[in-house]
Amino acid sequence: MAIFLNKESKVIVQGMTGSTGMKHTKLMLADGTNIVGGVNPRKAGTSVDFDGTSVPVFGTVADAMKETGADVSVVFVPPAFAKAAVVEAIDAEIGLAVVITEGIAVHDSAAFWAYASSKGNKTRIIGPNCPGLITPGQSNAGIIPGDITKPGRIGLVSKSGTLTYQMMYELRDIGFSSAVGIGGDPVIGTTHIDALKAFEADPETDLIVMIGEIGGDAEERAADYIKAHVSKPVVGYVAGFTAPEGKTMGHAGAIVSGSSGTAAAKKEALEAAGVKVGKTPTETAQLAREILAG
Amino acid sequence: MDLFEYQARDLFAKHGVPVLAGEVIDTPEAARDVTERLGGKAVVKAQVKVGGRGKAGGVKLASDPADAVAKAGQILGMDIKGHTVHKVMLAQTADIAEEYYVSFLLDRTNRTFLAMASVQGGVEIEVVAEENPEALARIPVDANEGCTPEKAREIVEAAKFPADVADQIAEALQKLWTVFIKEDALLVEVNPLVKSGEGKIIALDGKVSLDENADFRQPEHEALEDKAAANPLEAAAKAKNLNYVKLDGQVGIIGNGAGLVMSTLDVVAYAGEKHGGVKPANFLDIGGGASAQVMANGLEIILGDPDVRSVFVNVFGGITACDEVANGIVQALELLKSKGENVTKPLVVRLDGNNAELGRKILSDANHPLVQRVDTMDGAADKAAELAAAK
Repeated sequence: MAIFLNKESKVIVQGMTGSTGMKHTKLMLADGTNIVGGVNPRKAGTSVDFDGTSVPVFGTVADAMKETGADVSVVFVPPAFAKAAVVEAIDAEIGLAVVITEGIAVHDSAAFWAYASSKGNKTRIIGPNCPGLITPGQSNAGIIPGDITKPGRIGLVSKSGTLTYQMMYELRDIGFSSAVGIGGDPVIGTTHIDALKAFEADPETDLIVMIGEIGGDAEERAADYIKAHVSKPVVGYVAGFTAPEGKTMGHAGAIVSGSSGTAAAKKEALEAAGVKVGKTPTETAQLAREILAG
Repeated sequence: MDLFEYQARDLFAKHGVPVLAGEVIDTPEAARDVTERLGGKAVVKAQVKVGGRGKAGGVKLASDPADAVAKAGQILGMDIKGHTVHKVMLAQTADIAEEYYVSFLLDRTNRTFLAMASVQGGVEIEVVAEENPEALARIPVDANEGCTPEKAREIVEAAKFPADVADQIAEALQKLWTVFIKEDALLVEVNPLVKSGEGKIIALDGKVSLDENADFRQPEHEALEDKAAANPLEAAAKAKNLNYVKLDGQVGIIGNGAGLVMSTLDVVAYAGEKHGGVKPANFLDIGGGASAQVMANGLEIILGDPDVRSVFVNVFGGITACDEVANGIVQALELLKSKGENVTKPLVVRLDGNNAELGRKILSDANHPLVQRVDTMDGAADKAAELAAAK
């Protein structure tokens, strides 16, 4: 089962022919992802060879979908052109667009989100500024290393890339159904709540690990959602307890302003919803381990 | 990036939001000519990026050019909530009949833009929102449709602005939206938006925050940066494209990925509780492809911080392999040595993930006297805190 992505997924890569796109397309193929095409209007009709696998390049997302039946796009297009790329994916009504690109202007992400909404949200957007998602053993859409962990029964949703990897590594012996990096920008497509909802419905997920960080109120809202709608055990971790007010901590969205967005408030909200929250990534992994052991 | 009031005023003027004439100066003497140009009197306003300057004595009325020099002299150099006043703005005086509030900002929760407006301006809007929430209208604005004349009218009606200024405010709102969009702002706020004695609408004070991710299409924004106020280490890091924030502790931190580095700060702070209260000295994310050069740049910044007593390098090898990172650390130390830097601060290195064994072996083989390997994040944080406390 898994969520959002499985072995049936047919994946295209927007920005495949750039250096980052080339590097990660190769890695995704090595993880068994069914990559059916790339998109670059200037290189339509050509193909790119990845260690013996020839991947055709199409001029548009719509062409690629028509020719291949693609239902997932991974976007590596640079920030200045990312909005146009995502709008194109929305217009083509592809099921899932995973926006890896870091450094997209907020007005651009707000614009493509508003556009997606006005079109009825037929395209699920993950990101931007995210590592993508992986369903171990089946498919990998993004830049999460495929060899950290194996298939298993933990679902993971995280704002942070490296903390996703760290947690997958800590719990590699148990394994993951899917791990979703939703990104650390102020405007993101798929939220903690969307992933929680999908994991709750996924029969192959027994426990959910949720990683948050300072900034915004997404974790607090996720806590409300968990309280009302999630029956599976949830273990949480929040990064940024020592972050000072008014300083952006790496992610554009990771900023404490006044009393809003603090790690302490998020931890408190999650615990009030019955979520066990670890003090460190290692302790969080230990909590998950204990719950699964019964 | 938050702007000073005078910079916000300039952007308002550029896009047609009605403002009063004003000029910024950094010496008291300059106040004389400016005040004469402004018609003989002026409001002298401290330029600091913090609220509450009026209460702190940072805004004074000058009745003539000589008085302006005196008042500017009083305000320049003043400390307002930890911010030293280096500049004052002299602005035309206004005859204020009423004070309102308007802003456009990003509503993260609803992933849309939001207009906020109130007839209760001139006070802290957070207080209005808290004590009298129905007095603050909140109207979502679609990012693609923008603040159309109809939307501006909707905001004006929701905020219950008086009929005699409704048209003027609606127009000012559309101009303010232009500032928001054209300048890639995250916040444009006018507080107060005043109605003068003659019934004219004027943006008297404003706040603008710009999105640095949009710098690629906003070449003019670089000049708005307050380089004088930047911490010298932060400025040096920025010049090397490093994502660095100076903090007030003793353990230097280098890691890859914003979330992992934030987490590292927390883990070090917890460990520090057992070691005399040492704390992290900085946030530094060297990103995914940590080459030897990037590692050397990062180490150089951190070792140049006189507060740092030990350094914790915390790397999880994702796409980047740990052997590359280990080589980076070894080469970085050699690079610094060849530049004549006398590195004496101990480094604790934790490598995990992709090719961790290989990376650890490289560090062991290099056997650098200052480098210690600890293979868990919590254990390494403890060691780094212990070393910082012992120094």
